[in-house]
Amino acid sequence: MRRDIFQAIADPTRRAIITLIALQAMTPNAIAENFQTTRQSVSKHLRILTECQLVKQEQQGREIYYSLQIQKMKEIDIWLDQLRTLWETRFSQLDKVLSTMKKQKK
Amino acid sequence: MTNNLPFDFTVDKALKKVFITREFDADLSLVWDAFTKAELIDQWIAPKPMVSKTKYQDFKVGGKRFYAMVSPDGQERWAMQEYTSITPKTNFKMHSAFADKDENLELPGSEWDHSFSEENARTTVSIIIFNESLERMERILDGFTKGMKMSLSNLENLLATLSKKR
Repeated sequence: MRRDIFQAIADPTRRAIITLIALQAMTPNAIAENFQTTRQSVSKHLRILTECQLVKQEQQGREIYYSLQIQKMKEIDIWLDQLRTLWETRFSQLDKVLSTMKKQKK
Repeated sequence: MTNNLPFDFTVDKALKKVFITREFDADLSLVWDAFTKAELIDQWIAPKPMVSKTKYQDFKVGGKRFYAMVSPDGQERWAMQEYTSITPKTNFKMHSAFADKDENLELPGSEWDHSFSEENARTTVSIIIFNESLERMERILDGFTKGMKMSLSNLENLLATLSKKR
């Protein structure tokens, strides 16, 4: 199955995890303490986030810490900018069409 | 071109819904036509240098518009829209899906909801686009960004040619 950034942020728990680890790197246990769900379910979300390359794991002693890959989040910004530009372009073309229609009506 | 017409563009947190609102300096009947008549839609929906080409349209509930976005190199990206609800000059809804040239749909598609209102000879259009598939959401831009990049490289070539001539 394809994993990408859109899938990563589609789930509310994963969005909450992203918000948590955006502040500081955390261990899976510390992350799980913030949720009502099982440790197992948090692990599953972390695995998906890792597969989407949105989080990075780092071994520190016996613990694994998860941190956010900010660069990857920027992909969403870029995509949104492009979509917004597409609609701006369309609408300015539509303004011209409407102004032509107005003149023809007169 | 000066343009101070209010424009609003947002997405929900899950990136499944896009909300677009725009005001137009024209009365409701013109704007309604521009959004619902294929020969008018084709004039603005494709960002240049892309061209929109409607093969057929039947604007009624259950009716369809089958069209292609054509890029400068002649590549066609077909899509099918099916009208699911129409309240004249107020609202229309449709389902939209990519397709091949033989009208085989690539599901899932997206749901579109357009609302129109007029005030002081200006018309506000609100569009909500709901995409069930995230992969599809990503693909929306594929063709367009390619088209836009192409137009940029055309421009670069043109500028290069012009600067050589000087």
